[in-house]
Amino acid sequence: MTVPEVIINNLPMEATPPDWPGGYWWHWVFFSIVLIGFMLTMVIIAIYIERRGMGRMQSRLGPNRAGPFGVLQMIADVVKVLLKENIVPDKADKLIHWLAPIVAFVPVALLFTVIPFQNGALLADLNIGILFIVAVSSLTTLGVFMAGWGSSNKYSLLGAMRNVAAVVSYEIPLALSIVGTLLVAGTMSLNGIVLAQDIPFILLQPLGFLIFFIAGCAEINRSPFDLMEADSEIVAGFHTEYSGMKFALFYLVEYAEAIAISAIITTLFLGGWRGPLLPPWLWFIGKTLVVFFLMVWTRTTLPRVRIDQLMALAWKFLLPLALINLFITAIQVLAWDDAVNWIAVVINIVVMGVLILIWSKFFKLGWGRIEV
Amino acid sequence: MKFERYGLGILKGMSVTIRHLFRHPTVTQYPEQWLNISRRSRGNELVWSREKCTGCCTCAKTCPQGAIEIITATNAEDNKYDVEKYCVDTGYCIQCGLCVEACPYDALFMGYSFERAQYRRNDLIQSDDALLESPERPASGYFHPDIAEKLPEQTLLIEKITEKRD
Repeated sequence: MTVPEVIINNLPMEATPPDWPGGYWWHWVFFSIVLIGFMLTMVIIAIYIERRGMGRMQSRLGPNRAGPFGVLQMIADVVKVLLKENIVPDKADKLIHWLAPIVAFVPVALLFTVIPFQNGALLADLNIGILFIVAVSSLTTLGVFMAGWGSSNKYSLLGAMRNVAAVVSYEIPLALSIVGTLLVAGTMSLNGIVLAQDIPFILLQPLGFLIFFIAGCAEINRSPFDLMEADSEIVAGFHTEYSGMKFALFYLVEYAEAIAISAIITTLFLGGWRGPLLPPWLWFIGKTLVVFFLMVWTRTTLPRVRIDQLMALAWKFLLPLALINLFITAIQVLAWDDAVNWIAVVINIVVMGVLILIWSKFFKLGWGRIEV
Repeated sequence: MKFERYGLGILKGMSVTIRHLFRHPTVTQYPEQWLNISRRSRGNELVWSREKCTGCCTCAKTCPQGAIEIITATNAEDNKYDVEKYCVDTGYCIQCGLCVEACPYDALFMGYSFERAQYRRNDLIQSDDALLESPERPASGYFHPDIAEKLPEQTLLIEKITEKRD
Protein backbone atom coordinates (compact mmCIF):
# COMPACT_ATOMS: atom_id res chain seq x y z
CA MET A 1 0.00 0.00 0.00
CA THR A 2 1.27 3.46 -0.83
CA VAL A 3 1.27 6.45 1.44
CA PRO A 4 -1.80 8.56 0.63
CA GLU A 5 -1.14 11.63 -1.49
CA VAL A 6 -2.54 13.96 1.11
CA ILE A 7 0.13 12.98 3.63
CA ILE A 8 3.01 13.51 1.20
CA ASN A 9 1.72 16.97 0.41
CA ASN A 10 1.35 17.88 4.07
CA LEU A 11 4.51 16.28 5.39
CA PRO A 12 4.83 17.76 8.85
CA MET A 13 7.50 20.19 9.85
CA GLU A 14 9.32 17.77 12.05
CA ALA A 15 12.69 18.36 10.40
CA THR A 16 12.45 22.08 9.89
CA PRO A 17 12.21 24.53 12.77
CA PRO A 18 9.41 27.07 12.49
CA ASP A 19 10.25 30.35 10.89
CA TRP A 20 10.30 32.28 14.14
CA PRO A 21 13.50 33.78 15.51
CA GLY A 22 15.16 31.38 17.89
CA GLY A 23 13.89 28.37 15.95
CA TYR A 24 12.87 25.38 18.00
CA TRP A 25 13.22 27.00 21.37
CA TRP A 26 10.44 29.48 20.88
CA HIS A 27 8.30 26.70 19.50
CA TRP A 28 8.88 24.61 22.59
CA VAL A 29 8.42 27.42 25.09
CA PHE A 30 5.24 28.57 23.38
CA PHE A 31 3.70 25.14 23.12
CA SER A 32 4.71 24.12 26.64
CA ILE A 33 2.89 27.12 28.07
CA VAL A 34 -0.09 26.60 25.77
CA LEU A 35 -0.30 22.91 26.62
CA ILE A 36 -0.15 23.43 30.38
CA GLY A 37 -2.78 26.15 30.12
CA PHE A 38 -4.89 23.96 27.85
CA MET A 39 -4.63 21.01 30.23
CA LEU A 40 -5.60 23.00 33.34
CA THR A 41 -8.45 24.80 31.59
CA MET A 42 -9.80 21.61 30.08
CA VAL A 43 -9.63 19.85 33.44
CA ILE A 44 -11.68 22.63 35.03
CA ILE A 45 -14.20 22.47 32.17
CA ALA A 46 -14.27 18.68 32.40
CA ILE A 47 -14.94 18.66 36.13
CA TYR A 48 -17.68 21.22 35.63
CA ILE A 49 -19.29 19.15 32.86
CA GLU A 50 -19.02 16.00 34.93
CA ARG A 51 -20.48 17.44 38.10
CA ARG A 52 -23.30 19.33 36.40
CA GLY A 53 -24.07 16.59 33.88
CA MET A 54 -24.01 13.86 36.49
CA GLY A 55 -26.17 16.01 38.73
CA ARG A 56 -28.83 16.46 36.07
CA MET A 57 -28.76 12.76 35.16
CA GLN A 58 -29.27 11.90 38.82
CA SER A 59 -32.12 14.43 39.07
CA ARG A 60 -29.99 16.87 41.05
CA LEU A 61 -28.71 20.29 40.10
CA GLY A 62 -25.02 19.93 40.76
CA PRO A 63 -22.89 22.81 42.05
CA ASN A 64 -24.73 26.09 41.43
CA ARG A 65 -23.62 28.45 44.19
CA ALA A 66 -20.19 29.82 43.24
CA GLY A 67 -20.57 32.16 40.30
CA PRO A 68 -23.26 32.01 37.60
CA PHE A 69 -24.42 28.39 37.18
CA GLY A 70 -21.64 27.32 39.54
CA VAL A 71 -18.83 27.83 37.03
CA LEU A 72 -16.49 29.09 39.74
CA GLN A 73 -17.03 26.04 41.93
CA MET A 74 -13.82 24.38 40.70
CA ILE A 75 -11.80 27.51 41.47
CA ALA A 76 -13.22 27.50 44.98
CA ASP A 77 -12.38 23.81 45.33
CA VAL A 78 -8.81 24.40 44.17
CA VAL A 79 -8.37 27.21 46.70
CA LYS A 80 -9.82 25.01 49.42
CA VAL A 81 -7.65 22.03 48.63
CA LEU A 82 -4.49 24.15 48.40
CA LEU A 83 -5.10 25.59 51.86
CA LYS A 84 -5.63 22.20 53.42
CA GLU A 85 -3.19 20.54 55.76
CA ASN A 86 -0.79 18.07 54.21
CA ILE A 87 -0.89 14.87 56.25
CA VAL A 88 1.70 12.16 55.77
CA PRO A 89 1.04 8.91 57.64
CA ASP A 90 3.55 8.04 60.34
CA LYS A 91 4.56 4.72 58.84
CA ALA A 92 4.51 5.92 55.25
CA ASP A 93 7.51 5.54 53.01
CA LYS A 94 8.01 9.30 53.00
CA LEU A 95 10.07 9.73 49.84
CA ILE A 96 7.83 7.52 47.71
CA HIS A 97 4.74 9.08 49.24
CA TRP A 98 6.04 12.50 48.22
CA LEU A 99 7.14 11.51 44.75
CA ALA A 100 4.08 9.51 43.71
CA PRO A 101 1.82 12.42 42.62
CA ILE A 102 4.61 13.92 40.53
CA VAL A 103 5.44 10.59 38.90
CA ALA A 104 1.75 10.16 38.12
CA PHE A 105 1.41 13.67 36.73
CA VAL A 106 4.37 13.89 34.34
CA PRO A 107 3.27 11.18 31.85
CA VAL A 108 -0.18 12.73 31.55
CA ALA A 109 1.37 16.07 30.71
CA LEU A 110 3.58 14.32 28.16
CA LEU A 111 0.54 12.79 26.45
CA PHE A 112 -0.60 16.21 25.23
CA THR A 113 2.68 16.93 23.47
CA VAL A 114 1.89 14.83 20.39
CA ILE A 115 -1.79 15.67 19.96
CA PRO A 116 -2.39 18.07 17.05
CA PHE A 117 -4.65 21.08 17.64
CA GLN A 118 -4.46 22.16 14.03
CA ASN A 119 -2.47 21.11 11.01
CA GLY A 120 1.07 20.90 12.39
CA ALA A 121 0.18 22.76 15.57
CA LEU A 122 1.64 20.46 18.15
CA LEU A 123 4.68 20.46 20.39
CA ALA A 124 6.49 17.58 18.72
CA ASP A 125 5.23 15.87 15.58
CA LEU A 126 6.86 12.53 16.28
CA ASN A 127 6.71 10.07 13.42
CA ILE A 128 6.00 7.44 16.11
CA GLY A 129 3.43 9.61 17.87
CA ILE A 130 0.91 6.90 18.68
CA LEU A 131 3.64 4.54 19.89
CA PHE A 132 4.81 7.33 22.18
CA ILE A 133 1.28 7.63 23.56
CA VAL A 134 0.94 3.91 24.19
CA ALA A 135 4.33 3.87 25.91
CA VAL A 136 3.84 6.95 28.06
CA SER A 137 0.20 6.56 29.03
CA SER A 138 0.84 3.44 31.06
CA LEU A 139 3.60 5.15 33.08
CA THR A 140 0.98 6.83 35.26
CA THR A 141 0.41 3.44 36.82
CA LEU A 142 3.90 3.65 38.31
CA GLY A 143 2.90 6.76 40.21
CA VAL A 144 -0.34 5.13 41.32
CA PHE A 145 1.49 2.05 42.53
CA MET A 146 4.06 4.18 44.34
CA ALA A 147 1.19 5.97 46.06
CA GLY A 148 -0.40 2.68 47.07
CA TRP A 149 2.85 1.24 48.34
CA GLY A 150 4.15 4.39 50.03
CA SER A 151 0.96 5.01 52.00
CA SER A 152 1.43 1.85 54.09
CA ASN A 153 -2.30 1.30 54.06
CA LYS A 154 -3.90 -1.96 53.05
CA TYR A 155 -6.69 -0.33 51.07
CA SER A 156 -4.25 1.86 49.19
CA LEU A 157 -2.17 -1.17 48.31
CA LEU A 158 -5.26 -3.11 47.22
CA GLY A 159 -6.36 -0.27 44.98
CA ALA A 160 -2.89 0.07 43.50
CA MET A 161 -2.67 -3.68 42.83
CA ARG A 162 -6.02 -3.61 41.08
CA ASN A 163 -4.89 -0.66 39.03
CA VAL A 164 -1.72 -2.42 37.91
CA ALA A 165 -3.69 -5.54 37.01
CA ALA A 166 -6.20 -3.53 35.03
CA VAL A 167 -3.64 -1.51 33.14
CA VAL A 168 -1.54 -4.57 32.28
CA SER A 169 -4.63 -6.32 30.92
CA TYR A 170 -6.22 -3.42 29.10
CA GLU A 171 -3.00 -2.18 27.52
CA ILE A 172 -3.18 -5.07 25.05
CA PRO A 173 -6.65 -4.51 23.53
CA LEU A 174 -5.92 -0.78 23.65
CA ALA A 175 -2.78 -1.12 21.56
CA LEU A 176 -4.35 -3.68 19.22
CA SER A 177 -7.36 -1.48 18.52
CA ILE A 178 -5.01 1.35 17.59
CA VAL A 179 -3.13 -0.85 15.13
CA GLY A 180 -6.22 -1.20 12.95
CA THR A 181 -6.38 2.57 12.63
CA LEU A 182 -2.68 2.72 11.84
CA LEU A 183 -3.10 0.19 9.04
CA VAL A 184 -5.79 2.29 7.41
CA ALA A 185 -3.96 5.58 7.91
CA GLY A 186 -0.54 4.24 6.92
CA THR A 187 1.30 6.47 9.36
CA MET A 188 2.01 6.63 13.10
CA SER A 189 2.23 10.39 13.33
CA LEU A 190 -0.96 11.73 14.88
CA ASN A 191 -1.01 14.69 12.52
CA GLY A 192 -0.67 12.25 9.63
CA ILE A 193 -3.53 10.16 10.96
CA VAL A 194 -5.77 13.21 11.08
CA LEU A 195 -4.77 14.16 7.57
CA ALA A 196 -5.60 10.65 6.37
CA GLN A 197 -9.15 10.80 7.74
CA ASP A 198 -11.24 11.86 4.78
CA ILE A 199 -14.07 10.06 6.51
CA PRO A 200 -13.75 9.74 10.31
CA PHE A 201 -12.21 6.41 11.24
CA ILE A 202 -15.08 5.72 13.65
CA LEU A 203 -17.02 4.65 10.53
CA LEU A 204 -14.17 2.55 9.16
CA GLN A 205 -13.17 1.12 12.53
CA PRO A 206 -16.36 1.00 14.64
CA LEU A 207 -15.20 -2.04 16.56
CA GLY A 208 -11.77 -0.48 17.09
CA PHE A 209 -13.44 2.64 18.46
CA LEU A 210 -15.58 0.62 20.84
CA ILE A 211 -12.63 -1.40 22.12
CA PHE A 212 -10.45 1.68 22.45
CA PHE A 213 -13.17 3.52 24.35
CA ILE A 214 -13.77 0.65 26.78
CA ALA A 215 -10.08 -0.09 27.27
CA GLY A 216 -9.32 3.61 27.63
CA CYS A 217 -11.99 4.00 30.29
CA ALA A 218 -10.57 1.01 32.12
CA GLU A 219 -7.02 2.27 31.90
CA ILE A 220 -7.79 5.66 33.42
CA ASN A 221 -10.00 4.17 36.16
CA ARG A 222 -13.22 5.70 35.05
CA SER A 223 -16.53 4.20 35.95
CA PRO A 224 -17.70 1.46 35.40
CA PHE A 225 -14.12 0.26 35.78
CA ASP A 226 -13.29 2.44 38.78
CA LEU A 227 -12.90 -0.40 41.23
CA MET A 228 -9.30 0.68 41.89
CA GLU A 229 -10.61 3.75 43.64
CA ALA A 230 -14.00 2.45 44.70
CA ASP A 231 -15.17 4.62 47.55
CA SER A 232 -17.55 2.03 48.89
CA GLU A 233 -15.16 -0.90 49.16
CA ILE A 234 -11.59 0.35 49.49
CA VAL A 235 -12.13 3.96 50.53
CA ALA A 236 -10.78 5.69 47.42
CA GLY A 237 -7.93 3.22 46.90
CA PHE A 238 -4.48 4.60 46.29
CA HIS A 239 -5.20 8.18 47.31
CA THR A 240 -6.79 7.36 50.65
CA GLU A 241 -3.80 8.76 52.54
CA TYR A 242 -3.36 11.87 50.43
CA SER A 243 -4.55 15.31 51.34
CA GLY A 244 -4.01 18.91 50.36
CA MET A 245 -1.91 19.69 47.32
CA LYS A 246 -0.88 16.11 46.68
CA PHE A 247 -4.47 14.97 46.55
CA ALA A 248 -5.21 17.87 44.20
CA LEU A 249 -2.46 16.60 41.93
CA PHE A 250 -4.01 13.11 41.85
CA TYR A 251 -7.39 14.64 41.14
CA LEU A 252 -5.84 16.67 38.34
CA VAL A 253 -4.19 13.52 36.95
CA GLU A 254 -7.50 11.68 36.94
CA TYR A 255 -9.26 14.30 34.84
CA ALA A 256 -6.24 15.18 32.71
CA GLU A 257 -6.04 11.49 31.80
CA ALA A 258 -9.71 11.47 30.87
CA ILE A 259 -9.20 14.55 28.70
CA ALA A 260 -6.08 12.99 27.17
CA ILE A 261 -7.94 9.79 26.27
CA SER A 262 -10.80 11.86 24.86
CA ALA A 263 -8.31 13.86 22.79
CA ILE A 264 -6.65 10.68 21.53
CA ILE A 265 -10.01 9.18 20.59
CA THR A 266 -10.87 12.43 18.82
CA THR A 267 -7.60 12.34 16.92
CA LEU A 268 -7.70 8.67 16.02
CA PHE A 269 -11.37 8.08 15.31
CA LEU A 270 -13.30 11.33 15.00
CA GLY A 271 -11.18 13.23 12.52
CA GLY A 272 -9.24 15.34 15.02
CA TRP A 273 -9.21 19.01 14.09
CA ARG A 274 -10.90 18.50 10.73
CA GLY A 275 -14.30 20.02 10.25
CA PRO A 276 -16.11 22.68 8.23
CA LEU A 277 -16.66 26.37 9.05
CA LEU A 278 -15.27 26.62 12.59
CA PRO A 279 -11.53 27.02 13.23
CA PRO A 280 -9.73 23.65 13.60
CA TRP A 281 -8.73 24.02 17.26
CA LEU A 282 -12.36 24.70 18.17
CA TRP A 283 -13.43 21.54 16.35
CA PHE A 284 -10.77 19.63 18.24
CA ILE A 285 -11.82 20.94 21.66
CA GLY A 286 -15.49 20.44 20.87
CA LYS A 287 -15.02 16.84 19.81
CA THR A 288 -12.85 16.17 22.85
CA LEU A 289 -15.58 17.47 25.14
CA VAL A 290 -18.20 15.38 23.35
CA VAL A 291 -16.13 12.24 23.92
CA PHE A 292 -15.63 13.25 27.53
CA PHE A 293 -19.38 13.69 27.90
CA LEU A 294 -19.78 10.14 26.58
CA MET A 295 -17.53 9.02 29.44
CA VAL A 296 -19.63 10.94 31.96
CA TRP A 297 -22.74 9.39 30.47
CA THR A 298 -21.45 5.83 30.83
CA ARG A 299 -20.20 6.64 34.30
CA THR A 300 -23.63 7.73 35.42
CA THR A 301 -25.38 4.78 33.83
CA LEU A 302 -23.34 1.67 34.46
CA PRO A 303 -22.67 0.02 37.81
CA ARG A 304 -19.15 -0.86 38.88
CA VAL A 305 -17.75 -4.23 37.75
CA ARG A 306 -15.99 -6.76 39.97
CA ILE A 307 -12.28 -7.45 39.59
CA ASP A 308 -12.88 -10.86 37.96
CA GLN A 309 -15.41 -9.32 35.58
CA LEU A 310 -12.84 -6.65 34.75
CA MET A 311 -10.21 -9.24 33.90
CA ALA A 312 -12.64 -11.45 32.01
CA LEU A 313 -13.84 -8.54 29.90
CA ALA A 314 -10.28 -7.71 28.92
CA TRP A 315 -9.02 -11.20 28.14
CA LYS A 316 -12.13 -13.02 26.94
CA PHE A 317 -14.00 -10.24 25.19
CA LEU A 318 -11.84 -7.32 24.12
CA LEU A 319 -8.64 -9.15 23.22
CA PRO A 320 -10.17 -11.65 20.74
CA LEU A 321 -12.33 -8.96 19.20
CA ALA A 322 -9.33 -6.66 18.83
CA LEU A 323 -7.35 -9.45 17.14
CA ILE A 324 -10.21 -10.24 14.74
CA ASN A 325 -10.67 -6.56 14.01
CA LEU A 326 -6.96 -6.23 13.23
CA PHE A 327 -7.12 -9.28 10.95
CA ILE A 328 -10.14 -8.01 9.01
CA THR A 329 -8.62 -4.55 8.67
CA ALA A 330 -5.38 -6.01 7.37
CA ILE A 331 -7.24 -8.01 4.73
CA GLN A 332 -9.21 -4.93 3.68
CA VAL A 333 -6.07 -2.81 3.44
CA LEU A 334 -4.44 -5.50 1.30
CA ALA A 335 -7.52 -6.06 -0.87
CA TRP A 336 -8.44 -2.44 -1.68
CA ASP A 337 -5.82 0.02 -2.74
CA ASP A 338 -7.41 2.82 -0.80
CA ALA A 339 -8.96 1.32 2.28
CA VAL A 340 -10.98 4.49 2.84
CA ASN A 341 -14.16 3.62 0.99
CA TRP A 342 -17.82 3.16 1.75
CA ILE A 343 -17.98 -0.59 1.10
CA ALA A 344 -15.47 -1.09 3.89
CA VAL A 345 -17.59 1.11 6.15
CA VAL A 346 -20.70 -1.01 5.62
CA ILE A 347 -18.78 -4.28 5.97
CA ASN A 348 -17.06 -3.18 9.16
CA ILE A 349 -20.25 -2.01 10.84
CA VAL A 350 -22.00 -5.29 9.99
CA VAL A 351 -18.97 -7.25 11.18
CA MET A 352 -18.98 -5.33 14.46
CA GLY A 353 -22.62 -6.15 15.12
CA VAL A 354 -22.20 -9.83 14.32
CA LEU A 355 -19.01 -10.17 16.38
CA ILE A 356 -20.52 -8.50 19.44
CA LEU A 357 -23.57 -10.78 19.22
CA ILE A 358 -21.46 -13.94 18.88
CA TRP A 359 -19.03 -13.00 21.61
CA SER A 360 -21.77 -12.03 24.02
CA LYS A 361 -23.10 -15.55 23.50
CA PHE A 362 -19.69 -17.06 24.26
CA PHE A 363 -18.86 -14.80 27.16
CA LYS A 364 -19.09 -16.85 30.33
CA LEU A 365 -18.04 -15.87 33.79
CA GLY A 366 -17.96 -18.10 36.85
CA TRP A 367 -21.16 -20.12 36.88
CA GLY A 368 -22.93 -18.46 34.04
CA ARG A 369 -22.99 -15.87 31.34
CA ILE A 370 -22.34 -12.35 32.49
CA GLU A 371 -25.27 -10.07 31.73
CA VAL A 372 -23.52 -7.57 29.54
CA MET B 1 -33.08 -14.44 21.91
CA LYS B 2 -33.09 -11.71 24.52
CA PHE B 3 -31.18 -8.78 23.12
CA GLU B 4 -30.90 -7.22 26.57
CA ARG B 5 -28.00 -9.57 27.12
CA TYR B 6 -26.24 -8.52 23.95
CA GLY B 7 -25.69 -4.85 24.60
CA LEU B 8 -29.27 -3.64 24.29
CA GLY B 9 -29.57 -3.49 28.08
CA ILE B 10 -26.72 -1.03 28.26
CA LEU B 11 -28.31 1.13 25.57
CA LYS B 12 -31.61 1.11 27.45
CA GLY B 13 -29.86 2.26 30.60
CA MET B 14 -28.08 4.99 28.70
CA SER B 15 -31.39 6.24 27.30
CA VAL B 16 -32.80 6.46 30.81
CA THR B 17 -29.96 8.65 32.04
CA ILE B 18 -30.07 10.91 28.99
CA ARG B 19 -33.80 11.42 29.50
CA HIS B 20 -33.13 12.46 33.06
CA LEU B 21 -30.58 14.97 31.79
CA PHE B 22 -33.31 16.88 29.97
CA ARG B 23 -35.89 16.65 32.75
CA HIS B 24 -36.48 19.11 35.52
CA PRO B 25 -34.51 18.02 38.58
CA THR B 26 -36.65 17.13 41.57
CA VAL B 27 -34.85 19.35 44.01
CA THR B 28 -35.75 22.44 46.00
CA GLN B 29 -33.14 25.08 46.76
CA TYR B 30 -34.25 25.16 50.36
CA PRO B 31 -33.45 28.49 51.96
CA GLU B 32 -34.66 30.28 48.83
CA GLN B 33 -37.47 28.02 47.68
CA TRP B 34 -39.99 26.62 50.12
CA LEU B 35 -42.38 23.77 49.67
CA ASN B 36 -45.71 23.63 51.47
CA ILE B 37 -45.43 20.97 54.12
CA SER B 38 -48.26 18.61 54.98
CA ARG B 39 -51.30 20.35 56.39
CA ARG B 40 -51.42 17.80 59.20
CA SER B 41 -47.74 18.24 60.01
CA ARG B 42 -46.69 17.66 63.59
CA GLY B 43 -44.15 20.46 63.81
CA ASN B 44 -41.57 20.61 66.52
CA GLU B 45 -43.42 22.59 69.16
CA LEU B 46 -46.87 22.96 70.70
CA VAL B 47 -49.36 25.78 70.29
CA TRP B 48 -51.38 26.43 73.42
CA SER B 49 -54.54 28.48 73.92
CA ARG B 50 -54.77 30.21 77.27
CA GLU B 51 -58.51 30.96 76.90
CA LYS B 52 -59.62 27.40 76.23
CA CYS B 53 -57.31 25.72 78.72
CA THR B 54 -59.01 24.68 81.95
CA GLY B 55 -55.93 23.36 83.68
CA CYS B 56 -57.24 19.78 83.69
CA CYS B 57 -53.74 18.39 83.13
CA THR B 58 -54.90 15.67 80.71
CA CYS B 59 -52.10 16.61 78.34
CA ALA B 60 -49.46 16.32 81.04
CA LYS B 61 -50.80 12.93 82.12
CA THR B 62 -50.90 11.53 78.61
CA CYS B 63 -47.41 12.73 77.60
CA PRO B 64 -45.16 9.66 77.34
CA GLN B 65 -42.08 11.79 77.90
CA GLY B 66 -43.40 13.81 80.79
CA ALA B 67 -42.40 16.93 78.92
CA ILE B 68 -45.39 19.05 79.92
CA GLU B 69 -45.44 20.74 83.30
CA ILE B 70 -48.55 22.53 84.58
CA ILE B 71 -48.98 24.43 87.82
CA THR B 72 -52.56 25.47 88.65
CA ALA B 73 -54.17 27.42 91.45
CA THR B 74 -57.76 27.07 92.70
CA ASN B 75 -59.97 29.99 91.83
CA ALA B 76 -62.85 29.69 94.31
CA GLU B 77 -64.76 32.69 93.02
CA ASP B 78 -65.18 31.43 89.46
CA ASN B 79 -65.16 27.78 90.55
CA LYS B 80 -62.29 26.77 88.27
CA TYR B 81 -58.51 26.32 88.04
CA ASP B 82 -56.14 29.16 87.10
CA VAL B 83 -53.15 28.05 85.10
CA GLU B 84 -50.14 29.65 86.75
CA LYS B 85 -47.50 28.00 84.61
CA TYR B 86 -47.72 25.92 81.45
CA CYS B 87 -44.26 24.72 80.46
CA VAL B 88 -43.17 22.35 77.67
CA ASP B 89 -39.64 21.05 77.34
CA THR B 90 -39.48 20.82 73.54
CA GLY B 91 -36.16 19.00 73.84
CA TYR B 92 -37.96 15.99 75.31
CA CYS B 93 -41.00 16.18 73.03
CA ILE B 94 -41.18 13.36 70.48
CA GLN B 95 -43.97 14.99 68.43
CA CYS B 96 -46.29 12.02 69.01
CA GLY B 97 -49.33 14.27 69.18
CA LEU B 98 -50.97 12.36 72.05
CA CYS B 99 -51.46 15.51 74.12
CA VAL B 100 -53.31 17.19 71.23
CA GLU B 101 -55.55 14.18 70.80
CA ALA B 102 -56.16 13.94 74.53
CA CYS B 103 -57.09 17.56 75.21
CA PRO B 104 -60.86 17.59 75.94
CA TYR B 105 -61.21 21.34 75.30
CA ASP B 106 -59.24 21.71 72.02
CA ALA B 107 -56.78 24.00 73.77
CA LEU B 108 -53.62 22.37 72.41
CA PHE B 109 -52.38 22.10 68.80
CA MET B 110 -49.27 20.85 67.08
CA GLY B 111 -47.16 23.60 65.46
CA TYR B 112 -47.08 24.11 61.70
CA SER B 113 -43.69 25.87 61.60
CA PHE B 114 -40.47 23.91 61.41
CA GLU B 115 -37.50 26.28 61.53
CA ARG B 116 -37.42 26.36 65.32
CA ALA B 117 -33.89 25.24 66.11
CA GLN B 118 -32.22 26.96 69.07
CA TYR B 119 -28.63 27.54 70.01
CA ARG B 120 -28.97 26.66 73.69
CA ARG B 121 -30.59 23.80 75.52
CA ASN B 122 -32.51 26.14 77.82
CA ASP B 123 -34.10 27.97 74.89
CA LEU B 124 -35.99 24.77 74.07
CA ILE B 125 -38.01 25.02 77.26
CA GLN B 126 -41.02 27.16 76.35
CA SER B 127 -43.60 28.35 78.78
CA ASP B 128 -46.80 30.42 78.98
CA ASP B 129 -46.89 33.29 76.49
CA ALA B 130 -44.16 31.77 74.35
CA LEU B 131 -46.56 28.91 73.58
CA LEU B 132 -49.42 31.05 72.33
CA GLU B 133 -50.40 31.10 68.67
CA SER B 134 -48.79 33.87 66.63
CA PRO B 135 -48.07 34.50 62.93
CA GLU B 136 -44.58 33.00 63.43
CA ARG B 137 -45.92 29.82 64.97
CA PRO B 138 -49.30 28.90 63.43
CA ALA B 139 -51.22 25.86 64.54
CA SER B 140 -51.12 22.71 62.43
CA GLY B 141 -54.20 20.90 61.20
CA TYR B 142 -53.22 17.75 63.05
CA PHE B 143 -56.37 16.29 64.73
CA HIS B 144 -58.16 19.50 63.78
CA PRO B 145 -59.64 19.20 60.25
CA ASP B 146 -61.18 22.67 60.48
CA ILE B 147 -57.70 24.22 60.78
CA ALA B 148 -56.31 21.92 58.08
CA GLU B 149 -58.86 23.19 55.57
CA LYS B 150 -57.55 26.72 55.85
CA LEU B 151 -53.89 25.80 55.39
CA PRO B 152 -52.30 25.70 51.89
CA GLU B 153 -52.18 22.33 50.15
CA GLN B 154 -48.99 20.31 50.35
CA THR B 155 -46.59 20.50 47.40
CA LEU B 156 -46.23 17.08 45.81
CA LEU B 157 -43.12 15.71 44.15
CA ILE B 158 -44.98 15.13 40.89
CA GLU B 159 -45.58 18.87 40.63
CA LYS B 160 -41.85 19.47 40.91
CA ILE B 161 -41.09 17.04 38.08
CA THR B 162 -43.61 18.48 35.67
CA GLU B 163 -42.63 22.04 36.59
CA LYS B 164 -41.31 24.05 33.65
CA ARG B 165 -37.56 24.46 33.40
CA ASP B 166 -36.40 27.97 34.05
